[in-house]
Amino acid sequence: MQDTLIDQASVQAGWSEKLDQLIAQYKSLPGALLPLLHAIQDELSYIPESAYPKIAQALSLSVAEVHGVVSFYHHFKTHKPGRHVLQICRAESCQAMGSEGLEAHAKQCLSIDYHETSLDQAVTLEPVYCLGNCALSPAVMMDEEIFGRVSKADLEALIHDAKKTEAQA
Amino acid sequence: MSTIVYVPRDSSALSVGAEKVASAISQEAAKRGIAVTIVRNGSRGLYWLETMLEVATDKGRVAYGPVKAADVSGLFEANFLNTEAASAKAHPLNLGLTEELAWLKQQQRLTFARVGITDPLSLEDYLAHDGYQGLKNALALSAADIVKTVTDSGLRGRGGAAFPTGIKWNTVLGCAADQKYIVCNADEGDSGTYSDRMIMENDPYVLIEGMTIAGIAVGATQGYIYLRSEYPHALAVLNEAIAKAQQAGYLGDNILGSSYGFTLEVRRAAGAYVCGEETSLLESLEGKRGLVRFKPPLPAIEGLFGKPTVVNNVISLATVPIILHKGAQYYADYGMGRSRGTLPIQLAGNIKQAGLIELAFGITLRELLYDYGGGSASGRPIKAVQVGGPLGAFLPESQFDTPLDYEAFTAIWAVLGHGGIVAFDDTVDMAKMARYAFEFCAIESCGKCTPCRIGSTRGVEVIDKIIAGTDRVKNIKLVRDLSDTMLNGSLCALGGMTPYPVLSAINHFPEDFNIKDATV
Repeated sequence: MQDTLIDQASVQAGWSEKLDQLIAQYKSLPGALLPLLHAIQDELSYIPESAYPKIAQALSLSVAEVHGVVSFYHHFKTHKPGRHVLQICRAESCQAMGSEGLEAHAKQCLSIDYHETSLDQAVTLEPVYCLGNCALSPAVMMDEEIFGRVSKADLEALIHDAKKTEAQA
Repeated sequence: MSTIVYVPRDSSALSVGAEKVASAISQEAAKRGIAVTIVRNGSRGLYWLETMLEVATDKGRVAYGPVKAADVSGLFEANFLNTEAASAKAHPLNLGLTEELAWLKQQQRLTFARVGITDPLSLEDYLAHDGYQGLKNALALSAADIVKTVTDSGLRGRGGAAFPTGIKWNTVLGCAADQKYIVCNADEGDSGTYSDRMIMENDPYVLIEGMTIAGIAVGATQGYIYLRSEYPHALAVLNEAIAKAQQAGYLGDNILGSSYGFTLEVRRAAGAYVCGEETSLLESLEGKRGLVRFKPPLPAIEGLFGKPTVVNNVISLATVPIILHKGAQYYADYGMGRSRGTLPIQLAGNIKQAGLIELAFGITLRELLYDYGGGSASGRPIKAVQVGGPLGAFLPESQFDTPLDYEAFTAIWAVLGHGGIVAFDDTVDMAKMARYAFEFCAIESCGKCTPCRIGSTRGVEVIDKIIAGTDRVKNIKLVRDLSDTMLNGSLCALGGMTPYPVLSAINHFPEDFNIKDATV
């Protein structure tokens, strides 16, 4: 139990210095909190709770306010995701083209539900509400690469490739 | 001589393999010793034909599509670069001259005039295609005259609320303040809409120019583009375009040698649908949770950081340059009634030929769905369309003759919104769609007002009971009662308009709720 409480970022060498650097870079921007949180997530792929006190102090906020902002936005993650993030569009246009089948298929292939990561840490599955690819529904996004008119076979191939890169890394 | 081949870099084109097509062309050309210059243009918006590549010729561009990487070697075999060759003409993917494609030719592209034609990041291309003509004219006018031009054009907010843009600008112009802001709402979260994305990825300078004109008009020196995090391609394009515009003197101090200064920054949103609501967006830009604000004060008077702020949608701002270039009357001559100008319409969902259609207001849904859309993608009858995103009403076939006009839609208790049209074939279960509308509202509610926060969750539960067959008539009445509370008691459109899809589904498709008629 104790192990799960250890913040993974705190053991990453040099993170504390990196966080200081990011805070210094962003803190004087008007409305700095979101840009700073994005920068942290770009760096670590999530926002560790251990960073909240430093962020709060630099921006004259309470830790609760930082927590409130992180937890308000779907995009921000508080736990390290898998090596790849697969987003499946659940919005109406994609529903009209069979996204429900894709959702079920992805969950089955990965043996997980939304907001979970496959056992091999390869893929985190997330719902998304519109990728702006509605003319080529159904759409999914793997990391920052977008795919349109996705069939179940296409999705399987994407998942297969994501798992392969995990093995190499 | 090197032949120019255009391959789109638009993210929808990329989603069906445009990148692979581009590299296949350069590899195949190298292998065959043929000189080819690949230009990465924007998409023309004929998405069912993507990847649509075009070959430059004396007579105009000749299109081929939809091209897969695997088709490229066959295209070279057919001598596709020599568009006069019989083998090229006979190739099954040859579509002929792009400009002659009926789908494109019948459109009235004003805001989208350059989209798909130019290289989005080439400032030279932009200037060669009437770019920055609007700004030049604006610099010769007084602030009040710029605002008057926009007002006279009849332009109304294209984000969905349809508020007259010029009137909003005039309020900001009339406020005395040490700092004012132009905020572009690029949090395009409505399903079935992608016109903002297309402008940002495929003609970013037109948005930059529009925001600059807005800044000069109202006396704002700082602009922010609040861009949804789901659009990484748009982010990259905008940042590069802003840097280039700055370098060339179109942004920064003393724009084009004038006394005006304007700087622009892109800010990433973080996946909250409610932040498309303007006051929630401002909270988010200030670095807070995206909680909706009470109005008044209007953002035009007390907006970002408490200062007078213009908040406009991407399309509204991107339409400003052509209005300043060609004049208010030119734009106002398009359209019908109080809906002046053109609307970039987005066809989506279960539709054979989905894509971007810019036309004057007044075309009917039926024309769009069948003449442009070619009917459903599945070949089955179109049962319903949802216009205006997840908060828009579902319309049955009997309402397909409604013209696209803000007032005509209001009259049938529907909304035009941001111009997105999502088609569903007859396999759709409207009770499920009504449930989804409540579910979406529950997921995305900012939580500030009770009707939206609690009402959405109660709504899901009641619809579940109806689907399960528990006290149907009683529970339909309960949904109507709940909807009434949400409609009249919510702080913003999220809770206030969720009843549109829900009640329209019940009213037009009672059979899907297993009730005899909707009047219960």
